Amino acid sequence: MIQVRELTKRYGAKTVVDHLSFTAKPGQVTGFLGPNGAGKSTTMRMIVGLDAPNSGDVLVNGKPYASSKAPLHEIGVLLEAKAVHPGRTAVSHLLALARTHGIPRSRVDEVLALAGLTAVAHKRVGAFSLGMGQRLGIAAALLGDPAVVMLDEPVNGLDPEGVLWVRNLLAGLAAEGRTVMLSSHLMSEVSLVADHLVIVGRGKLLADTTVADFVTAEGVRVVTAAPDALRTAIAAAGVTVTSTGAEELFVTGRSAREIGLAAATRGIPLFELTPQNASLEEAFMDLTRHAVEYEASR
Amino acid sequence: MKITPGGVVAAEWTKFSSLRSTWITTGISVLLLIAFGVIASASFSGDSLSAVDLALSGSILAALTVGVLGALLGASEYTTGMIRATLAAVPRRLPVLWSKSLVAGLAALVVMTAGAFGAFALGSAVLNDGVAALGLGDDGVLRTLFGAGLYLGLVAVLGVALGMLVRSSAGAIAILAGVLLILPGLVALLPDSISDPVGPYLPSNAGNAVMTLTQADGSLAPWTGLAVFAGYVVVALAAAAYRLKKTDA
Repeated sequence: MIQVRELTKRYGAKTVVDHLSFTAKPGQVTGFLGPNGAGKSTTMRMIVGLDAPNSGDVLVNGKPYASSKAPLHEIGVLLEAKAVHPGRTAVSHLLALARTHGIPRSRVDEVLALAGLTAVAHKRVGAFSLGMGQRLGIAAALLGDPAVVMLDEPVNGLDPEGVLWVRNLLAGLAAEGRTVMLSSHLMSEVSLVADHLVIVGRGKLLADTTVADFVTAEGVRVVTAAPDALRTAIAAAGVTVTSTGAEELFVTGRSAREIGLAAATRGIPLFELTPQNASLEEAFMDLTRHAVEYEASR
Repeated sequence: MKITPGGVVAAEWTKFSSLRSTWITTGISVLLLIAFGVIASASFSGDSLSAVDLALSGSILAALTVGVLGALLGASEYTTGMIRATLAAVPRRLPVLWSKSLVAGLAALVVMTAGAFGAFALGSAVLNDGVAALGLGDDGVLRTLFGAGLYLGLVAVLGVALGMLVRSSAGAIAILAGVLLILPGLVALLPDSISDPVGPYLPSNAGNAVMTLTQADGSLAPWTGLAVFAGYVVVALAAAAYRLKKTDA
């Protein structure tokens, strides 16, 4: 479990993380989403104590991370692929981390096999591709059999097979009852694996929700000759109708079927009746539109 | 499974020994020490330097390479980004600095002590006829050879401390070379009224006192010199520890 409470980090005058609070629970995959520069990596660094917050705090499995007697058993992290000395072999890199905790050599071989790196275990990391670097980083994160696994942009640079591997791996880890948190700036990628979504923009919490709740922002586009009559026909509590054009309405809270039937019984001609599921990606874009740090000019 | 001080030392040894650059830098340090010692022993004639001083002629250059070894070990954590993995595994942080210093210091101590004895043995074998031969039993010879190993071990620790302090290989090496090689020359240019009292306390001059048999005028006593140098190393370590503990990685 990761509990982030009112976490704030400033660099000079710039507030990178702004009173951020959320909880990543065991048995769930928490997707940590936000545009570039939203403060995701900074938050993750503060969770494992690499950066000190200006205010607020973080508990990992109920206690501050630095006080743990076996940190690698509490949380395994991948913060940046290839943040490894390029002159060291994969096996030496993992062994150096393992030895701090007295983790046996056999576990190093185990995670190398799990990450599909056995064949290159004795190759120097400098020669690794970005994807292999990601795999090594994930292997390192799993070294201590941690209760929490936290990965920053784990699928960057991975091939499709690798992406699928990560997805299955994370789902499996969560099914074992571990807390899994992964960050991404791509909604499509996270929605496939995450149960829980924490969305940030400019360091602030924008949404703390589930994937299922997040996509129910859907409606029906209706084009009709008599918009006012139709409005009256379908009006009810929980139904919103917005006018998007002279003959166009956007309705939420009623299905296309209900609208069609209501129009038919009153003889209102419909020219178009289209259910619109705002895609996850669109919903995400809508939510973060005003919180994009680096935006291309249009 | 938990963090132990021994585990952190073992981890640092794994990091140290698993890099090719470690072996190359260590090898060059020993080679410089022995090669300069042999050449000086064979070619020098006169009575201003003893056989053991000649054998240790390479110690100034060896100090630079050993210091570079330590500096690379410390700074590469930051230049490669490895520090994040390191500190995520050891979030209390300071054990990493102590262990890294211990590993680099002990490795340099052992290898360079052996190198000093090797230089003395080989140097004695080719010693110029004009210089009186010395044996290990002669006054001060053992102190000088072990002193060289101790000094070079401490230089490696100084390198680690500088590397962790400035977090850049080039920066750490520049400071190291400046302090060990350039500073004494600069101070010597100052008026005697300043350079005479200050000179002996400069890091490399103080360290030199323990590995020379024929003491220069005004030099500190051998073990006093080593203690003064150790003091500089402690100050550098304290600064590195402060930055490691207080600032974001």
